[in-house]
Amino acid sequence: MSLWEYANPKKFMDWTAPVLPWVAGSAALCLSVGLIWGFFFTPDDFRQGSTVKIIYLHVPAALMAINAWLMMLVASLIWLVRRHHVSALAAKAAAPVGITMTLIALATGALWGSPIWGTYWEWDPRLTSFLILFLFYLGYMALWSAIEDPDTAADLTSILCLVGSIFAILSRYAAQFWSQGLHQGASLSLDKEKNVSDVFWQPLVITMIGFGLLFLALVLLRTRTEIRMRRIKALHARARRA
Amino acid sequence: MKALLLRDLRLAIRAGGGFGLGLAFFLIVVVLVPFGVGPNADLLSIIAPGILWVAALLAALLSLDRIFALDFEDGSLGLLATSPLPLESVSVIKALAHWITTGLPLCFAAPVLGFLLHLSPDAYAYLILSLLIGTPGLSMIGTFGAALTVGLRRGGLLLSLLVLPLYVPTLIMGADAVRRGADGMAATTPLMLLGVITLGSIAVLPFATAAALRVNLR
Amino acid sequence: MPDLGTYAFEILMSYGISLGLLGALICVSILQSKRVKAALQQVENNG
Repeated sequence: MSLWEYANPKKFMDWTAPVLPWVAGSAALCLSVGLIWGFFFTPDDFRQGSTVKIIYLHVPAALMAINAWLMMLVASLIWLVRRHHVSALAAKAAAPVGITMTLIALATGALWGSPIWGTYWEWDPRLTSFLILFLFYLGYMALWSAIEDPDTAADLTSILCLVGSIFAILSRYAAQFWSQGLHQGASLSLDKEKNVSDVFWQPLVITMIGFGLLFLALVLLRTRTEIRMRRIKALHARARRA
Repeated sequence: MKALLLRDLRLAIRAGGGFGLGLAFFLIVVVLVPFGVGPNADLLSIIAPGILWVAALLAALLSLDRIFALDFEDGSLGLLATSPLPLESVSVIKALAHWITTGLPLCFAAPVLGFLLHLSPDAYAYLILSLLIGTPGLSMIGTFGAALTVGLRRGGLLLSLLVLPLYVPTLIMGADAVRRGADGMAATTPLMLLGVITLGSIAVLPFATAAALRVNLR
Repeated sequence: MPDLGTYAFEILMSYGISLGLLGALICVSILQSKRVKAALQQVENNG
């Protein structure tokens, strides 16, 4: 029994059906515990005041925005190499989730920046990279929806995802070169665990796990939807031929 | 290969090939900017490098969908795919033809438009140099985008959505080189990084372009 | 309700926007899933 057997659409539907409620449930649990803990029971930061509470949304969303793209990249590679349909569909299913995470990260970042940096938007390398990531997600989704033949769409979007990844990384470093950042580096960082005190760190870890599980649950759900849509199409095609 | 290049060039120069179109578009965009931001010479000279680069980018974008569309429609792309010439080389040739017909004229038109925008005198050499280094990369990236969207009937808008984010690194480095040149600083670093991006694109993207073409010709 | 001080607007806005976006995404996904499931059932029963 190899790992790849789980990628058979039928098998995938069978094993995800019982797993999905558990993933969704634990995602809901982690998110509510983490967010309620973070929102109600953490002290204010001595420098940022109560805005530190935004971190419980901003950091996990940013994390998932990048990881969603990474997951799409891996799924695209698997599709190109091994041609498992589920893999291509999972990449397609992940894109809307990823773009939502990117939007959340951008929106919360802007709202946090307005009192702390005194501006909603600044052309800072990290913010700029996220904006570019957003554009990449848009292009990726637009290409999926523009092509009718599913296999062609899967192939072309996978190629775009590979090339896009290279250019996303390039853009990130180009943006760093282009403008000195306002975003926290290591010295002042809230992102680096060594600089965050446990009070903030513990609920943050829980929300990060929660966002991860939520992402997983949504991708599984959406992939199942995509598989069903594919099946409907196949059945229609068969009916027309008969 | 040479025959293909000559054929593409001849097709582009012939009437309706859109040879002068990109150039005219470049001219118009640059001329429109002062109307938008006002005739203040100081302001214009500050934003001139960025405007020239963005306009060059848009002009290069304009003629991208022609790269493969006509060949795809009349079936000559399928012939090219079955010819002994690998599709990777075909895509490089296509990008080269696109660069000669749009990128190269832009490099020479840009300094003239620089006058209109009060570009600082020190920056002209960097402007030409950065465009010469950067635009081949733009053509190659654009060829990749054109290959992705060649099978679509309304590919033009999608093409720009796909290609513009890919242009970001080139734009950053190119405009930065000119800006540093205008400020009298050393611009070698952005120019070299610009070269890295262009050469990297030319090294990697032909394979991706050919793969996309094969998918679309299936 | 904790005292949010002067930043109440920003914090509530970020929580509102984020939860709203996530909620919308979840709703769309579930609704789509239900619709497709029903459609598939229909197609399978007919065929």
